[in-house]
Amino acid sequence: MSDLLRTPLYDVHVELGAKMVPFAGYDMPVQYPLGVMKEHLHCRAAAGLFDVSHMGQVILRGADAAVQLEALIPQNVLGLAEGRQRYGFFTNEEGGILDDLMFANRGDHLLLVVNAANKAADIAHLKAHMDGVEEITDRALLALQGPASEDALKSVVPALPDMKFMDVAVVDSAYGELWVSRSGYTGEDGYEISVPEATATDFAKALIALEAVEPIGLGARDSLRLEAGLCLHGNDIDPTTTPVEGNLIWAIQKSRRTGGERAGGFPGAEVILDQLDNGAPKKRVGLQPEGRAPMRALTMIYASEEAADPIGEVTSGAFGPTLNAPMSMAYVTTEFAASGTRLFGDVRGKRMPVQVVDLPFVPNNFKR
Amino acid sequence: MKFTEEHEWLKIEGDLLVVGITEHASTQLGDVVFVELPDVGREVEKGEEIVVIESVKAASDISAPVDGEIVEVNDAIVDNPSLVNEDPLGAAWFFKIKVEDTSVIDGFMDEGAYKDYAG
Repeated sequence: MSDLLRTPLYDVHVELGAKMVPFAGYDMPVQYPLGVMKEHLHCRAAAGLFDVSHMGQVILRGADAAVQLEALIPQNVLGLAEGRQRYGFFTNEEGGILDDLMFANRGDHLLLVVNAANKAADIAHLKAHMDGVEEITDRALLALQGPASEDALKSVVPALPDMKFMDVAVVDSAYGELWVSRSGYTGEDGYEISVPEATATDFAKALIALEAVEPIGLGARDSLRLEAGLCLHGNDIDPTTTPVEGNLIWAIQKSRRTGGERAGGFPGAEVILDQLDNGAPKKRVGLQPEGRAPMRALTMIYASEEAADPIGEVTSGAFGPTLNAPMSMAYVTTEFAASGTRLFGDVRGKRMPVQVVDLPFVPNNFKR
Repeated sequence: MKFTEEHEWLKIEGDLLVVGITEHASTQLGDVVFVELPDVGREVEKGEEIVVIESVKAASDISAPVDGEIVEVNDAIVDNPSLVNEDPLGAAWFFKIKVEDTSVIDGFMDEGAYKDYAG
């Protein structure tokens, strides 16, 4: 286990009695003594604190950083206002998704947050295409999520300004300079907070000491994001799935599409723009099993109880504690992707009925 | 009450054996969200996988600890799977199995041996 990396909050997790597991090269808390189900429900009812320090924080300082980043992602970076953040993805020449990310305009530079499992590759990719790429290694990253997040964070950081969904700000605090964004990956209102490594433990402890806040592990993080219809890179999107197949069209702004002022010009643009105009062969959808049995990743999906050949495959599946029912995300052939279509998943040799449903499974609760 | 290496418990009730899973097993599984039990009347063989348990983490199977006929199953844990976490040794029994001779139970671990085994 000695080869596993530790986040600055490792000792806090151990002290809290977390069950630690290897994740993306880090020793991470999968659950605390409360357990996955109660952690999940607590986050939707009050507030949950997540250690996401394993994710990569990257600053792009080059004078042409926005222009150069637009050459790697199909998002509108130049048009992003100062103090705002946006969701995006690095694409490859085949139009596949190398990683998904958040990027923020912080005035004289861009701040990116990328997935832990891909951060080394992402940083190498960035450095190969632009100057002024700087990985931040002396800061922890926390997510505070749930309806009580604003009150909780204000009580610990009185200078917290009013922010709405996807705003970013730099805030002075008793824990040093915080880089705050009003965002997250649970479908709830909340914040992601970059805090200096040296004060991260005290900051986390101050939040956890609040009545409303419980620490939440990776187990509940996964069921929360799945209920919110959000993709986990490596499961639901990967270098072999395009953004159109991944049902992420909403994240490609008009300026980068056919007819836009900066259409194309990113890796795989030909494939992605063609699929935007003419459709893709498969699509990511939500599946609601009719029974109580969860349909987990790799479950094959069929058009009928008898059909010999599958028309799709589950990429994430779990029991949704808030939904109080099983839920899955899957790729299915586009002709079977319409909401309300009845399909069958093969669970332990039995064909179990499922409905294609709109995502998210649980409505988002962002502070727009 | 006796215990198997698969973390099941067994106890005698008349000419039947009642079977459930241990507290250790339920803790390891985490929050149980789905249970599928065998059909009543099914003849099962020792080692046959007859129960599916899904927790928030994963799916696991429970196999028949002995040969016999399933004569009763506990629908309460199908309706309310969290009972398996709340009362694994009591209200959350899984099935009752009719065996030729209930003394087959003597071949399993007693509580002390099981505690050593489960650590």
